[in-house]
Amino acid sequence: MTSTQPLVEIRDVNFAYDRRPVLKGINMTLPKGKVIAVMGGSGCGKTTLFRVIGGALKPTSGYVKFDGQSIHDLDQKGLYEMRRKMGVLFQFGALFTDMSVYDNVAFQMREHTDLPEEIIRDMVMMKLHAVGLRGTHALMPAELSGGMARRVALARTVALDPMLILYDEPFAGLDPISLSVVGNLIRKLNDALGATSVIVTHDVQESMKIVDYNYFIDRGVIVAEGTPDEIRVSETPYVRQFINGEMDGPVPFHYPGVDYQQDLGVSV
Amino acid sequence: MPLIKSVRAIGNRTVNSVWRLGYASRFFMLTLMHSGSSFRRFHLIVKEMFASGVMSLIIILVAGTFVGMVLGLQGYETLKRYGSESALGSLVALSLVRELGPVLSALLFASRAGSAMTAEIGLMKATEQIAAMEMMAVNPIARVIAPRFWAGVISMPLLSALFSALGVFGGYVVGVVLIGVDEGSFWSQMQSSVDFQHDVLNGVIKSIVFGIAVTVISLFEGYDAPPTAEGVSGATTRTVVQSSLAILILDFILTAFMFRGE
Repeated sequence: MTSTQPLVEIRDVNFAYDRRPVLKGINMTLPKGKVIAVMGGSGCGKTTLFRVIGGALKPTSGYVKFDGQSIHDLDQKGLYEMRRKMGVLFQFGALFTDMSVYDNVAFQMREHTDLPEEIIRDMVMMKLHAVGLRGTHALMPAELSGGMARRVALARTVALDPMLILYDEPFAGLDPISLSVVGNLIRKLNDALGATSVIVTHDVQESMKIVDYNYFIDRGVIVAEGTPDEIRVSETPYVRQFINGEMDGPVPFHYPGVDYQQDLGVSV
Repeated sequence: MPLIKSVRAIGNRTVNSVWRLGYASRFFMLTLMHSGSSFRRFHLIVKEMFASGVMSLIIILVAGTFVGMVLGLQGYETLKRYGSESALGSLVALSLVRELGPVLSALLFASRAGSAMTAEIGLMKATEQIAAMEMMAVNPIARVIAPRFWAGVISMPLLSALFSALGVFGGYVVGVVLIGVDEGSFWSQMQSSVDFQHDVLNGVIKSIVFGIAVTVISLFEGYDAPPTAEGVSGATTRTVVQSSLAILILDFILTAFMFRGE
């Protein structure tokens, strides 16, 4: 995965909450123009990795470079400068509930540019049109369905044409139609903007349709990686269990505890 | 061993309280530091003044009127014993301007607007709106907290003034219109006994101090709330309790400095 120039480089990243290690020696290369999925079960560390890439958490060791700059060496001003080149889609959209759809999409344009309101209006309408929701511009977030809210959030995420787009569980809680729409939009917007997208998800089927490369994380370690075709034929036990949704395997069904018979007081 | 446990628990609570106090002070300083952008975009403050100030008007005006009516009634009954019914205007006005206006309007403001601010900020945090703002390179202290802080600080003395004005009106209705105290005495005694600098200005200072205290507590509790339903509900309760106590304690301190040894 080093054929094209990387936008993000993650090298030997370790992270721990207090003394509990969550990420252990993560290495990733995210090339420009690609859509990359980071997959794994709940609590595997993928959301922590997402926050480390966004600069919200500082790794205990290792570094993350974005466009050649080490993110965690930046001061707050530098970090904010860098984040202007990023777009983040949160799990349930995180739309500002006191603003209309229009104002949500216009938010970053008003905060970070001095563009006149007429131009902002045209840009907002173009972004909303791209996600098929131009007609909702006057609605409030509470009036949108879950899928629509996610698409509006997507329009807001790409408002300033970011170089890197981070998606936190973009498929969570969506019906099959919305799932497919959001998946296709992620791919199309990435290609149209020439951006790099990182999707943190546990939705194997949907993400495999749209991504260029996958990383699988289990208990803070990358256990497998490859293109969707490579992953489909992978013999790695974790990948097989994850893709086939098997109950038991490298991720055990039973939480570790004392011996079952001993717990029931039955002697062998 | 229970003794050690108790001592440890007290120690933990003390450390946590000191830590939170430090965190709140830092939060207050950051709010002041990031206030410049709020004043450059004054419409953000005006929008929040509508939410916290204008929306509190009904409760403030109704409460002010009834407190003034009660003062008129109670004041008349007491003053009558000494044949001083004509001093009713002074009693109503001084009680309201110096004490009841700032204190009661601040208590009502804390329950109505303070709790709403805490719940709103807490829910914004729980639904990742604050985090989203951070990731959009927009400082939430400057964009969300500072406008609300200044809206509260500006609204509070205005609400207090309206509370006192309606209170005086309530006292007038009960004392003059219903009971029959001489109208001329009511107003002239009030005019001669209420000093602008000593009474009105000190009342305004009190309400500004209460406004700062209530708004900082409300915003801090919301910003620091655990992002869960239980966390937001606990933060809202703490806002009302802490604000009320802060108002009463600050009132005593300010009164001691302002009106001692008249």
